[in-house]
Amino acid sequence: MTFINYASREINCKIVYYGPGLCGKTTNLQWIYEKTNPNAKGKLISLATETDRTLFFDFLPLELGTVRGFKTRFHLYTVPGQVFYDASRKLILKGVDGVIFVADSQVERMDANVEAIENLMVNLKSQGYDLLNIPYVLQLNKRDLPNVATVDEMKQALQRKNPGEPVYEACAARGTGVFETLKGVAKLVLADLTKTQ
Amino acid sequence: MAAPDIVMYEEEFNQIKGIIAKLRVDANSKVVFLVDKNGQQIAAHGDIENLDTTSLASLTAGNVAATDGLARLIGEKEFSILFHEGEKDNIHISIVASRVILVVIFDERSSLGLVRLRVKKASEELNRVFSNIMAKVEKERASTGTTFESPFAEITDEDIDSLFS
Repeated sequence: MTFINYASREINCKIVYYGPGLCGKTTNLQWIYEKTNPNAKGKLISLATETDRTLFFDFLPLELGTVRGFKTRFHLYTVPGQVFYDASRKLILKGVDGVIFVADSQVERMDANVEAIENLMVNLKSQGYDLLNIPYVLQLNKRDLPNVATVDEMKQALQRKNPGEPVYEACAARGTGVFETLKGVAKLVLADLTKTQ
Repeated sequence: MAAPDIVMYEEEFNQIKGIIAKLRVDANSKVVFLVDKNGQQIAAHGDIENLDTTSLASLTAGNVAATDGLARLIGEKEFSILFHEGEKDNIHISIVASRVILVVIFDERSSLGLVRLRVKKASEELNRVFSNIMAKVEKERASTGTTFESPFAEITDEDIDSLFS
């Protein structure tokens, strides 16, 4: 649910990083936080356990500049990936404008990816959204690891849209593909605003 | 989209700012701010220079969402008021018009009773303003077939690229 404030000429969009546990959602946010101009970002908030696993969400506000005279802000959220935090994941999807699914490219995580994407579809539905109709991109993370599935295999298993949603290869720990993915979804979100509701 | 977008017009925005400014004085509080349930800040008033209001807004919404979840688990519709007591400062959180969150931060110069009393009155006024906004959006939709005239109707790839340059 984009929040457009005509009085102060601002537009705020909510982007959610979704994916199985340890796939690199928080790492994506950390990279964006480190590489963004201090004037353009707020604090990175991580509600994590003592072992740095996301407990509720990470949050990073980004102020990117103006589009057509409107100050454009993106609020980036991650969800906790571990299966038993499903109630929290549902809450964070509330009012989402765009979703990035971060998939773990390691062969042994393919089942977890598929399970998480099915979970995403169910949870979106419970908030009244359909994955097929909202701005959505797929990030294949950890491409630098030795035991990865091929891009084609992953597309086959994880793409849900027809024609397929945009796919970005990434290595979030080194920053490869991180901004490309964000830009990809931002473009879809802003383009979505041009449609009438 | 699942829910209609919130659109804030100048007239209502000024009314809201007036209401929360008055509430801040009446409740003898430090800060009053209004957030939508998705964590977007709508308006703030008071000593906000040293306050990270964006994070405050997002965490408040997360807090309310989690508490809503708890409420439903035990068969309640919602917990309409949350109160956090600190050593010096306290936070009073309440839901207005089922969709926005009113947050009052106060210290020993005020009291929970006073804040509750003033929040109740301000909530009624805010309720009216938000009903007006919704009516306006509905009316606009009925007359033009859209919720609002999107300022992004002619957005180009260059516009988006320039955001990330």
